[in-house]
Amino acid sequence: MDTALDGNAAAGAFGDLFAFDVTMAMTTCATCGDRRAVGELLAYMDAPGIVLRCTSCRATQLRLVRSADRAWLDLRGIQALEVHRPTP
Amino acid sequence: MRWLVATVAETVPETARAVTLRLDVPDWPGHRPGQHVDVRLTADDGYQAQRSYSIASPPGSDRLELTVERIDDGEVSPYLTTVADVGDQFELRGPIGGWFVWDAGDDAPVLLVGGGSGVVPLRAMLQHHAGSGSAAAMHLVQSARTLGDVIYRQELEALVGPRRAVTVTLTRESPPDWGGHRGRVDAGLLAEQGWPPSAQPHCYVCGPTGFVETVADALVELGHAPGRIRTERFGPTGG
Amino acid sequence: MPVVSRGFQGRRRQPGAGLVPPGQYIVDDFPVLTAGPTPDVSLDDWDLTVVDDTGDALARWGWEEFLALPAEDITVDIHCVTKWSKLGTRWRGVSVDTILDGIDTAAEYVVAFGDGGYTTNLPLADVLDGQAWVAYGFDGEDLEPEHGGPARLLVPHLYFWKSAKWVRGLRLGDQDEPGFWESVGYHNYGDPWREQRYWGD
Repeated sequence: MDTALDGNAAAGAFGDLFAFDVTMAMTTCATCGDRRAVGELLAYMDAPGIVLRCTSCRATQLRLVRSADRAWLDLRGIQALEVHRPTP
Repeated sequence: MRWLVATVAETVPETARAVTLRLDVPDWPGHRPGQHVDVRLTADDGYQAQRSYSIASPPGSDRLELTVERIDDGEVSPYLTTVADVGDQFELRGPIGGWFVWDAGDDAPVLLVGGGSGVVPLRAMLQHHAGSGSAAAMHLVQSARTLGDVIYRQELEALVGPRRAVTVTLTRESPPDWGGHRGRVDAGLLAEQGWPPSAQPHCYVCGPTGFVETVADALVELGHAPGRIRTERFGPTGG
Repeated sequence: MPVVSRGFQGRRRQPGAGLVPPGQYIVDDFPVLTAGPTPDVSLDDWDLTVVDDTGDALARWGWEEFLALPAEDITVDIHCVTKWSKLGTRWRGVSVDTILDGIDTAAEYVVAFGDGGYTTNLPLADVLDGQAWVAYGFDGEDLEPEHGGPARLLVPHLYFWKSAKWVRGLRLGDQDEPGFWESVGYHNYGDPWREQRYWGD
């Protein structure tokens, strides 16, 4: 059985890095073009880092690694991340 | 988001395996129903373990509530359900997650489908619906193995009203005089308790991964737009 | 120090002083860490290849051919970068020396690749001379899919992320190509005894 959770499960980890709620951001998969909210991606949390995969084609969209004092983020699997900006 | 100290004010057994912890969290910023917290436990030697738990209480309640189901070989749930007592402390941060959230201003009908401990964030939504006087119709389909495993049974029955319905289905065994449903949640039950796709309901599905995938697939088969279905997988064994 | 939760001990673990690399603790179970879904490959379709950096196959074995290679039973300690160590793990596998036997190469690096897209990079010297295996048995049984079965790379002297699960081949090359984790923060070499967990360690 696939142990994936939803991207929502990674929200806590991303809270330290992003000023916005990343689960509401939209990604476009660099591999297959699928567009959906980060909260809907497949999240693999039991790894040396966090991996978010495309719900449609399973390609890796995002990888996050954290040490005690540093974090590394790879977004190469995402064509673009779209975030809603609050309107004044 | 920083770590806040939570102090256990009360523990309430819900079922043989599930306990609700009522917590005092000074500086709690408030939350929306469906969000979760990360809980962190630190041992004397500095060892830490961290897990996520859905917030069980609706916005505005005096204490933050988490309902935890004990996983036998778990690391954090046995502590929270069998060791933690009034006065004990741990850390939590949140609220987390803006995607699996229901807001009271939305009038579209809402179908909530929870398997086992997946009912926890849905209870927060249902309580919030009741407390806010929302005009939306909200139906909960709750699946559990046996009657004794139904979390919040009496509390949710008491919430039933003109715009709120609760249906329980038991999957493993049921009393002979059981008036509710039997068997796993399937397309038939979802169609009966939900709305047609034309009504564009919001669907929230939460529970063990296998349950969530089966229900979400069934909703899509029934014609619901995938974008109207929000899921929260708790992992293979549940939360 | 964060607030201590009275009575919390966590998984039974023993500090590893002297027996394991710095910062590790010993576990009795075998945690499963994964970066993606467990691949489902039939043994009829499985193969193991050694390729050069243009992708040309230098050697290839199907499952039955692979099982026919001379195999070893070994007992080793393994160390995960997430701090757990498991002592005395028993494996059955084919030495990478056997797999690379007869292949003439001047390559200095190898990338192990597997089903699901995982990769990890190592100096070729670190998978030779009895330091690495392609393992298909664990604890006297077939290697389970969640632990990398049908076969995984086993390189116990480095952090266990280098022991690529669901391995399907080794690509030999002149350039070092950081793999799945090495390209996003994990140490390029990963020696647990020097605690090389992250970039710059």
